Amino acid sequence: MEIFEYAPAPESRSIVSIRPSYNLFIDGEFVEAESDERIVTVNPADEEPLAEVAAAGDADVARAFAAARRAFERVWSPLPGAERGKYLFRIARIIQERARELAVLESLDNGKPIKETRDVDLPLVAAHFFYYAGWADKLAHAGHGSTRPLGVAAQVIPWNFPLLMLAWKVAPALATGNTVVLKPAETTPLTALAFAEICQEAGLPPGVVNIVTGAGATGRAVVAHPDADKVAFTGSTEVGRQIARAVAGTRKRLTLELGGKGANIVYDDAAIDQAVEGIVTGIFFNQGHVCCAGSRLLVQESIADELLSRLRARIERLRLGDPLDKNTDIGAVNSAAQLARIRELAAAGESEGATGWSPACSLPERGYWFPPTVFTGVTQAHRIAREEIFGPVLSVLTFRTPEEAVSKANNTPYGLSAGVWTEKGSLMLWTASRLRAGVVWSNTFNVFDPASPFGGYKESGYGREGGRHGLEAYLG
Amino acid sequence: MADIPSRLAVRRTYKLYIGGAFPRSESGRSYPVTSPAEDHLANAALASRKDVRDAVVAARKAFPGWSGRTAYNRGQILYRIAEMMEGRRAQFAAEVAAAEGVGEDRAQALVSAAVDRWVYYAGWADKIGQVLGGANPVSGPYFNLSEPDPTGVVGVLAPTGSSLLGLVSVLAPVITSGNTAVLVASERLPLPAVTLAEALATSDLPAGVANILTGRLAELAPPLAGHADVNALDLAGSGSLAGELEALAATTLKRVLRPAGDDWDDPDPGLSRIRPFLEVKTVWHPIGR
Amino acid sequence: MPDTIPGSLRAYLHGLPGVDEVGVGRRAGDLATRSVKTTAKRHAIDLAISMVDLTTLEGADTPGKVRALAAKAMRPDPADPAAPPVAALCVYPDLVAVAAQALAGSGVGLASVATGFPSGRTSLEVKLADTAAAVAAGATEIDMVIDRGAFLAGDYRKVFDEITAVKERCGPAHLKVILETGELVTYDNVRRASWLALHAGADFIKTSTGKVAPAATLPVTLVMLEAVRDYRAATGRQAGVKPAGGIRTTKDAIRYLVLVKEIAGDDWLDPAWFRLGASTLLNDLLMQRTKLATGHYGGPDYYTID
Repeated sequence: MEIFEYAPAPESRSIVSIRPSYNLFIDGEFVEAESDERIVTVNPADEEPLAEVAAAGDADVARAFAAARRAFERVWSPLPGAERGKYLFRIARIIQERARELAVLESLDNGKPIKETRDVDLPLVAAHFFYYAGWADKLAHAGHGSTRPLGVAAQVIPWNFPLLMLAWKVAPALATGNTVVLKPAETTPLTALAFAEICQEAGLPPGVVNIVTGAGATGRAVVAHPDADKVAFTGSTEVGRQIARAVAGTRKRLTLELGGKGANIVYDDAAIDQAVEGIVTGIFFNQGHVCCAGSRLLVQESIADELLSRLRARIERLRLGDPLDKNTDIGAVNSAAQLARIRELAAAGESEGATGWSPACSLPERGYWFPPTVFTGVTQAHRIAREEIFGPVLSVLTFRTPEEAVSKANNTPYGLSAGVWTEKGSLMLWTASRLRAGVVWSNTFNVFDPASPFGGYKESGYGREGGRHGLEAYLG
Repeated sequence: MADIPSRLAVRRTYKLYIGGAFPRSESGRSYPVTSPAEDHLANAALASRKDVRDAVVAARKAFPGWSGRTAYNRGQILYRIAEMMEGRRAQFAAEVAAAEGVGEDRAQALVSAAVDRWVYYAGWADKIGQVLGGANPVSGPYFNLSEPDPTGVVGVLAPTGSSLLGLVSVLAPVITSGNTAVLVASERLPLPAVTLAEALATSDLPAGVANILTGRLAELAPPLAGHADVNALDLAGSGSLAGELEALAATTLKRVLRPAGDDWDDPDPGLSRIRPFLEVKTVWHPIGR
Repeated sequence: MPDTIPGSLRAYLHGLPGVDEVGVGRRAGDLATRSVKTTAKRHAIDLAISMVDLTTLEGADTPGKVRALAAKAMRPDPADPAAPPVAALCVYPDLVAVAAQALAGSGVGLASVATGFPSGRTSLEVKLADTAAAVAAGATEIDMVIDRGAFLAGDYRKVFDEITAVKERCGPAHLKVILETGELVTYDNVRRASWLALHAGADFIKTSTGKVAPAATLPVTLVMLEAVRDYRAATGRQAGVKPAGGIRTTKDAIRYLVLVKEIAGDDWLDPAWFRLGASTLLNDLLMQRTKLATGHYGGPDYYTID
């Protein structure tokens, strides 16, 4: 009898209709940009163009801020919190209704597997709006002193979780009575534009949410606009630094959610099979395009060989390929530029003396692909142990004692996430209390919830998104 | 002959406070400190960039121990500082009166408020976690707890016009939560800061938790703001340098508390100066059998 | 072939890595989303049919009922001779002789529960006699129950010795050891009981009697598949896994096959190494099989009710 294999199980893309061209969403309408520059967004799985979007210029950004200011003063901030909340509840419901369509659209534009957009991104997006909807009329109970909105929030989001990052930005801003000018990432604008339609469908007052597509120049214009009261950015630490400098000396409030180089510490008494799962989830979830990825595995030397052999066996079962196939575990890298960066760092790993390993897996001919990769023999000095790769590349280091594990884990300018695996409760708490990271996953990894604050220490940024703490950034 | 005193008074030397010791400035320099009426009061040490570096090293070294103490213990020590200040009340009052040019009654009131400020923040130490932390009701089988965690080494530019009360009002909230501090005293009114350092040194506060520098703001603040091992800045006394310092701080993404026209007489500043120097750490753990 | 465990059984079993319940649930839940369609589904259905231990374990069982079920085991779909036979028929010991006669020469295995099934609360002498009688009457496979009371009381030696004694009495018959995971409750216990049974000589480890809820679940089966996988890696000997109870639909069965494929590996995708203990599952598999072949949904009246 032949071995039972999975047949292709593609999710239908006919549920999504993508227009050939999109305009900017300003003051409740899709309007033509004054700038003639256009950007083509492609499907990273096959490099086929999906649509063309406007690259907003200074004048377009100014128009968006004017609309946001008007909406803030005339409509949104005077509106009772309960009514604001009802708009957000309505948006959450529409997202749930259109979840399948949005999941397919996200997988097409981003390259991430449909399994993740369907089971992780979209449920979290809807949940985030539900969560903050409920806060809108309870701000006096949030413990932040002020219940007053700041005004107009300039928000710039990344390409790794396009719609989820939009939700993390827009939901708390709107719940607290701020209005928004949001710039989605250059390579993943489509779900944000779909969200603009959802705002229309929800009857959200014009100007409360404005979406200006574009690349770096548009982002700089949004952040630098003098009428922004608040800047919120998620992306690279380098760009975060530039924004922090640009905002210095102004009245603008700033929150930043930046890069990471998360350590995943596995002690010798860990529940080993779940630890292997956690390592896999930690670094291969979303192709490793995760700021809180567990990209450094710190394994106690006494179990390193056994753990790594189990890890390799597990990685060999990962299914890489068509993001729309329901059985795909690893999709496409989001862009040619990101693929080049991953390749460059992986090559540095080899040339610096670490040993790379990937399972036998054939990569599709077209599109941007990188196989899951594990580097062993890595030391703290290697670039692959220090720099954020933002791809499916794991660096493995060993340690002997809990002190060594913690000091290696903290030996980075970043401080976003960390993992700790042990069956001993006191050791878990000892370790967690010493890790300089904003999120510590013990005996799990890469789980998210709208009620759980997320954000970094040190150069991973400041401010928290999610939970009661996430309101603070939008009140003043 | 009549002008020669029967006993020559022993004057104090005002030094820096770094890592629990009282060094002169590494540069060997000092500067004259005068009253508002331009009377010479004393010479203060003129700290250098190297002193800033030494102070940051001392603060970093003290951080694990101080942040690792129980909140209760930190509160006890802050209360002890209040006790030590109370014992030197006369000296503080005289220095504040001389420095700020205020009368005896106002000086006494300012010392009282400064002592009370230590008591206030002593009481905060073991409340912060409960007020700012808590369990989060996540949708899944996980225990999820957020707790505040001190951010690390905080650079503090003390208010320029409030030599003691302002100084205590910015230092106490930084260290009560477990941070360590490198504080630059008011350039014009540095003497009460040095006397405070002497009170700190006798109050069980571990060496390096609070480090106090006197000197030129324009010389000391930029290296402090640019130092990669400083995690946060309180710009209370930064004056016209605020924007420049904030831009320097951006290089390593320091947390920055901007100056905001603070009222040092407010007896209940709440968490306004505590929260900016805290991280929120969220720990997840599965719930299962 | 009981191998020896060095030192105390307790130290050994409690030295096995722990199992995190939430992590196992997350992994099993993730695998349950695998989409098995078209050719893969057709193949999976036939494989699942060939892995079924068609079971009747009722107080009301009669020779007539057993004969009817045997007929179905040998030729599950009277309308389609291409439908494969099931792996085995599973009955109480006193009906083994009837079943043996009915199945003679068919190649379908004959499994008998034994050892005071389902509670196991009887003496070792009775358990051994129960086993011997079933084997003598023609059983090719024995599904024994472990002494859960002894296990939970920490008397691992008693559980181990009972398994080795029954194994010896099985002779050529294969031994499946039922852990009754619904009574062991925790996955740590399931992992320990799995290794205990494997070291004591089990050819298969089986989740449940079907008389205790919960019976087979995906996560518990996942933990047991890890045990046989790791046991083979450690000792070189391969053993099988049999989830039993509560597996009713084709969708359920395919989810188990996905677990086998992704946790233990393709080597276990064979009736020699994986079984599905079930009574009503077979008809659903047959119905889905017809649907795939003809494009039309069938109805229960088109499949035999035995």
